[in-house]
Amino acid sequence: MSETHSDSFDLKDLYDEDIDPDPESRADRAKRFLEMNVVAPARIAVADWRALVGGAILAFFLLMGSVGVWLVERPTSGDAPVLAAPFESLAYPLGTDVFGQPIHAQLIHATPGMFKMIFAGAVVSVGFAALVGVVAGFEHGTRIDSFLMTVTDVVITIPGLPLIIVITAIFQPENPYIVGVFLGIDNWPGLARTVRSQVLSIREESYVEASEIMGIPLSSILRRDILSQLMPYVMINGALTSRRIIFESVGLYFLGILPFTTFNWGVMMNLAYEGNALTRPDMLPWMVAPMVCIFLLSFGLVLLSQGLDSLFNVRLRARHAKTSKKKGTSKNNQSQATGGD
Amino acid sequence: MTPKYLLKRLGQAILTFLVTMTVSFLLYQAMPGGPTEAMRSVILSQSGGSVDIDRLNRMIQLYTNVNPDQPMHVQYFNYASDVILRQDLGTSFFKNEKVTTLIMQRIPWSMFISVYALALGYSLSIFLGVMTAYREKSRFDSTVSSLIIGLNSIPYYIVGVVLIYFLAIQNNYFPTGGRIGSGIAAGYNPEFMLSLVKHAALPAISMGALATSGALAMRGNAIRVLGEDYIRVAQLRGLRETRIATQYLGHNSILPMYTQFMIGIAGVFSSAVIVEEVFAYPGMGLLMFEAVKTQDYPLLMGTLLVFTAISLTAIFIADLTYTLIDPRISVGEE
Repeated sequence: MSETHSDSFDLKDLYDEDIDPDPESRADRAKRFLEMNVVAPARIAVADWRALVGGAILAFFLLMGSVGVWLVERPTSGDAPVLAAPFESLAYPLGTDVFGQPIHAQLIHATPGMFKMIFAGAVVSVGFAALVGVVAGFEHGTRIDSFLMTVTDVVITIPGLPLIIVITAIFQPENPYIVGVFLGIDNWPGLARTVRSQVLSIREESYVEASEIMGIPLSSILRRDILSQLMPYVMINGALTSRRIIFESVGLYFLGILPFTTFNWGVMMNLAYEGNALTRPDMLPWMVAPMVCIFLLSFGLVLLSQGLDSLFNVRLRARHAKTSKKKGTSKNNQSQATGGD
Repeated sequence: MTPKYLLKRLGQAILTFLVTMTVSFLLYQAMPGGPTEAMRSVILSQSGGSVDIDRLNRMIQLYTNVNPDQPMHVQYFNYASDVILRQDLGTSFFKNEKVTTLIMQRIPWSMFISVYALALGYSLSIFLGVMTAYREKSRFDSTVSSLIIGLNSIPYYIVGVVLIYFLAIQNNYFPTGGRIGSGIAAGYNPEFMLSLVKHAALPAISMGALATSGALAMRGNAIRVLGEDYIRVAQLRGLRETRIATQYLGHNSILPMYTQFMIGIAGVFSSAVIVEEVFAYPGMGLLMFEAVKTQDYPLLMGTLLVFTAISLTAIFIADLTYTLIDPRISVGEE
C-alpha cells in the first residue's frame, strides 16, 4: 500500500485498523472474533436443520472418499458370487454385480474421483465467474464491461451439454481434474452475471461511496467492502455449481461418452442399464445404489446451499451472536430463525 | 417494441452462432495429432485402401469442409462460407449422407418433446412458485417446497429411468422407448396420434423435470412481491383471490424470472442428448450420441451447430414475447 497521498493517510489508517473509542484487550478481541465467526454461525447451523443435514451428508461422502477407500478393498472381478442379493452378507452388504464385484466397494472407490471432478469444476467455474463479475461490475459502463458481458452472454446461450460432449469426444479426458475443468466451461456465466449485479448494487451503497470519497485505495475497497459481501453468493453458488457438475459428469459417464477408466457411479449405471437391469430384479441393486448416491450427494449440496443462505444472513447472525446484548431472548430468536425462512 | 432492442438481441444471437462455428472449426484443428492424423483411421476404415496423403486430405475436405492442406485462414474462410452461405455441414463418415439431411429428419422429433417439456416445466414451476408463495408457511407450502428440492436433487435422466421402471416396465402404461409403435401407419388417425403422444410423454416429462428448477426462485420472487403495496391495495379493494394470485402476483413475479427462463431454454434443449439415449427416442440427441460412438466428426460438429442455432432461435422468440408481458421494454430503456 502506497502512502503517497498524505491527506488520505490518516483516514485510511482509521478505516483499516477499525479503532474503537476504548481499546479492548487482545483476549476480548479474540473472544469477539470467535463469537462472530464460529459460535454464532454454529448456533444458526444448529437452528437451521438444512445446513446441518446438508453438511452431515457431505461429511459422510467425504469420509467415504478418504477413510472408506482405505478400509474397503478395491473391487476386482470375481471377488464374490455373481449377482448376490443385497442385505444378505456382511462381505457385500449391497450385493454384487454381474462380474462379482461388491457394489458398496465400487460406490466407495468412485467417490474420490467424484470429489476431484467437483473440486476442479467448482473452483474453475466459481473462480472465473467471480473474477469476471467483479471486474465487469467495477468497470461498469466501460469497454471492458461490455466486452466481458458480451462474452458471458455468448457462453450462456451456447447449449453447454452438446459443446462439452463434442470436447470430451475429441480429447477423451481421463484425469478427473481435467473432466471437472471441461465441465466447468459452461457453468460460470450465470454466476458471473449475478456477481456483477451484486457488485453494482454494493457500489451504490453509501458506505462504499464514503470510502471512495475518503480516498481509500481501490484494493482496500474491493477487499473490505465488496469481497466480504460477495462471499455468501459465491459459497451458495459454489454448492449449486457442484450439483450441476455431478449431474453432467455422471450423465456423460452414464452415456458412455467419457472413457471408463475408473470406478464411477455413472459407469455403474451405464453397465447396469445396458445389461437391462430394469427388467431383471436381480440386477436392480447395481442400478439403484449409484442413483441413491447421486441423489443423496446433490440433495446434501442443495440443502447446504440453502442453509448457507441463512448462515450468511447478517441479520440472523446478529440475532444469534451474544454481542447483541439480549442474552435472555436467544431461545426466542432461535425459534424465529427456524420458522422465519 | 423497440427495433433497437430487437436488433441488439439479434446481433447477439448471430455473434453467438459465429462463435460456436469458430469453436467447432478450432476443435477440428485441435484434435490430437491434427485433423489429418485424427481422422485418418476413421476414414480409412470406411473406404479402405491407399494411405496417400493428398487423397486423404481431399477426402477430409469432402467430408468435413476443412482442407488440412490449405493455410489456416483459407481453411476457416472456406469452412465459414460453407456453413453460412451454403448451409453445408459436411457429409457423415458412416451414413454417407449430407449431415444437414440427417439432422433435418430428426429435428421435428426433438422439437416435439423439447417444446412440450419446456411448456410443462415452466408452467409447473410458475404455478407452484406462485401458489407456495401465496400460501406461505402452510402445510401445502412446506410439502411442495420439499418435493421441489427433492426433485431438483435428482438428475433428469434418473427421473427418466425411474419413470421407465414404474410406468413402462412394472405397469404397461407407456412404451419403454422409440418414437412410434410398430405397425402403425402414419397419418391423421387416432391410433397414430395416441402412439405418438404415449412415446413422447415420458421423455418430455423427464426433460420437464429439469425445467422445474425455477420454482423455488419463483417462490422467492413472489414472496417479495407479496410485500408490495399494490397487493395490499388489491386485497383491500376486495378483489377475488384468484385474480390477485394470477394478475397481480403471478404477472409481476415472472418478470425478473424471464431471463432465467430464457437461459434455461438452451439447457432443456441440450438435455435431449441424454434423455433421448435413455428412451431410445430417435431425435437429434440420439443422432449426436451415435456420432460420438462412431467418431463421426462431421455429424458431431453438425449437431452442435444445429443445437446452437435452434436454442438461439428459441431464445430470440422468447425475447419477442418479453416485450408483450413487460410494458417497460417498449419505452426504450434497458
